[in-house]
Amino acid sequence: MSILVPGTDNPWKARIAFLAFAGGLLALPGLLGSPGDVRQWAEWLCYAMVAVGLDVAWGYGGMLALGQGLFFGLGAYAMGMHLSLEQVPDGSLPSFMSLYSDYTELPALWRPFQSFWASAAVAVLLPMVIAGLLGLLVFKRRIRGPFFAILTQATAVIFALVLIGNLKLTAGFNGLTGFTTIFGRNKYAPGTNRWLFQIAAVGLLVVLAVAMKVVRSRYGKLLVATRDSEDRVRFLGYDPALVKTVGFMIAAGMAGLAGAVAAPVFGIVSPGQFDYLPSILMVCWVAVGGRGTLWGAVLGALVVNWIRVTVSSSRPDDWLYLQGLLFVVVLAFMPGGVAGALRSWWAWLASAVAGRLGTRRTAMAPAVEPLGETA
Amino acid sequence: METTLSNLYIGVTLASILLLVGLGLTFTFGQMGVINMAHGEFIMAGAYVPYVLQTSVLSGARGGAVLVAFPLAFLVAGVMGLVLERVLLRRMYGRPLDTLLVTFGVSLMLQQAAKDLFSANNKDVVTPTYLRGQWDLFGVTLTHTRLFVLLVVVLTMVGVWVFMSRLAAGRRMRAVMQNRELAAVSGLPTSRVDATTFFLGSGLAGIAGVAVSLIGPIGTATGTAYILSAFLVVIVGGLGKLRGVVLAALLLGTLNAFVEHATSSTLGRAAVFAFVILFLQFRPNGIVSFRTRGLAV
Repeated sequence: MSILVPGTDNPWKARIAFLAFAGGLLALPGLLGSPGDVRQWAEWLCYAMVAVGLDVAWGYGGMLALGQGLFFGLGAYAMGMHLSLEQVPDGSLPSFMSLYSDYTELPALWRPFQSFWASAAVAVLLPMVIAGLLGLLVFKRRIRGPFFAILTQATAVIFALVLIGNLKLTAGFNGLTGFTTIFGRNKYAPGTNRWLFQIAAVGLLVVLAVAMKVVRSRYGKLLVATRDSEDRVRFLGYDPALVKTVGFMIAAGMAGLAGAVAAPVFGIVSPGQFDYLPSILMVCWVAVGGRGTLWGAVLGALVVNWIRVTVSSSRPDDWLYLQGLLFVVVLAFMPGGVAGALRSWWAWLASAVAGRLGTRRTAMAPAVEPLGETA
Repeated sequence: METTLSNLYIGVTLASILLLVGLGLTFTFGQMGVINMAHGEFIMAGAYVPYVLQTSVLSGARGGAVLVAFPLAFLVAGVMGLVLERVLLRRMYGRPLDTLLVTFGVSLMLQQAAKDLFSANNKDVVTPTYLRGQWDLFGVTLTHTRLFVLLVVVLTMVGVWVFMSRLAAGRRMRAVMQNRELAAVSGLPTSRVDATTFFLGSGLAGIAGVAVSLIGPIGTATGTAYILSAFLVVIVGGLGKLRGVVLAALLLGTLNAFVEHATSSTLGRAAVFAFVILFLQFRPNGIVSFRTRGLAV
């Protein structure tokens, strides 16, 4: 860990920071007050989950996954299908299906989603299986870098197209909506938003804890090593393809879980939310926050979405400009993101105080910017 | 037989557009390893050129406007690419993934700028009178615009081939593409060659844009529609070789047309993607690739 986050050599520091974050998160709805704000934050926490997963793949593993919308969407659709079935009596068709299709009984594809646990399992496991297969096919053939990025982006595009094209099964472009009861609760009841927020908060804490454990483990070190020099890892006797596939699967599973939590929070699940544009925006959160630091990913998801909502509510047209500018400025001029900038200021300050400017700065150079981009 | 021929024709038309777009990408992606996501917006810029000409300066000669548009669009898109390369990308060599994201940011800004300039509505380029009409051949309807686009693609390819294999500038470009370090120590100004490459690759996007504007309505998302498929074409074709791109464009274009005809348009796209993944299992470096003893690609 020391190579990644200077100052957290001591695991207790990270643990205390985690507990403080957890406490703050669970106290947040009390501070926000309005149920609309609480719902908004619950949504952002789901994004933060995706960002943490993406950071494991991209920040630590060097795999630029531009199609996380696929996994986020699979999770959201799995839970959305369950919620659609919850709105109607057992065994009958979801409301859109009686409009668009001539099915007389529930199609086989929909049947497993009558059970909550089956839906939850599909939401997390299906993305991992798909990521595993795609990862093995691609990484075993040593396809990497930009090629991998383009291929993953294509998966998100095709996912959205398939959803839109199968109106009878997926409600097409409109998506699944009208969740008035959520796991037995009335959507409009006073406490529901806060309850959803707490689910999202617990989800984020679980994801974050898992990610912290993963990047601190021996596997995490191997993942970083693969990012920085894939060939050297291969010569040491490891299989970089497996290492990367596992990292990609972790990211996919986390995105799937985030999608499952996000479905009731959004209240609607439609293809436009998981197309290539939202997928690439997910990368923007991690880049702005600071890849290679898990806290940076969380921070980035919260900050960018806060800016997005603030700007696009007052001047919707300017958001695209600003979003583009964010990409350009952060990636061209501060590749470490906010976390990287904060860290190098802190390091500079610390070393200036200690009077050892030269040595400290060289020691942390690799943490700010990944060395190799071949991965 | 007739449906096979008509599918083949649809496939070849799609392939010809993909080929034009992919040609530009092989320059920037193949030579410099830069994934330029803003390439799609250069196509868009090129597509707006005949529209602007027809509605302003050359509103009296709409047919001529289309012809003038080709060189002009080449220049407009080329200069846009040149500016992008000099201002941003030059600082980012060796960081291909970051470059991808930066150019994506640029593409977002260009799209919004186009929305502000031309409104979000789609525009139509008036088809010149000499391109109206069609031929029927073995039951397949060949519209003159599509044949004209094919002709443009062939001429562009010949131009690119002559440039790459006969002119000194093209030779320098190939040298840098094949071995940048060796080219540099041999005294080639690699930075200037990079600028030329980017200008040329982006300019080809402008030509592709004019071609696209003849086929259907144009809008701010015109480039996005083609860019991803074109990247797949370049990946399958292999980097930096004309032959590979031509073969890959024909392969993916016709595959898409046939599957689309047999099933649905979404399945066509999915089938092409599945094919790409499968294909890469056998030839991970594409149809045509440089032989190299190096480890990293």
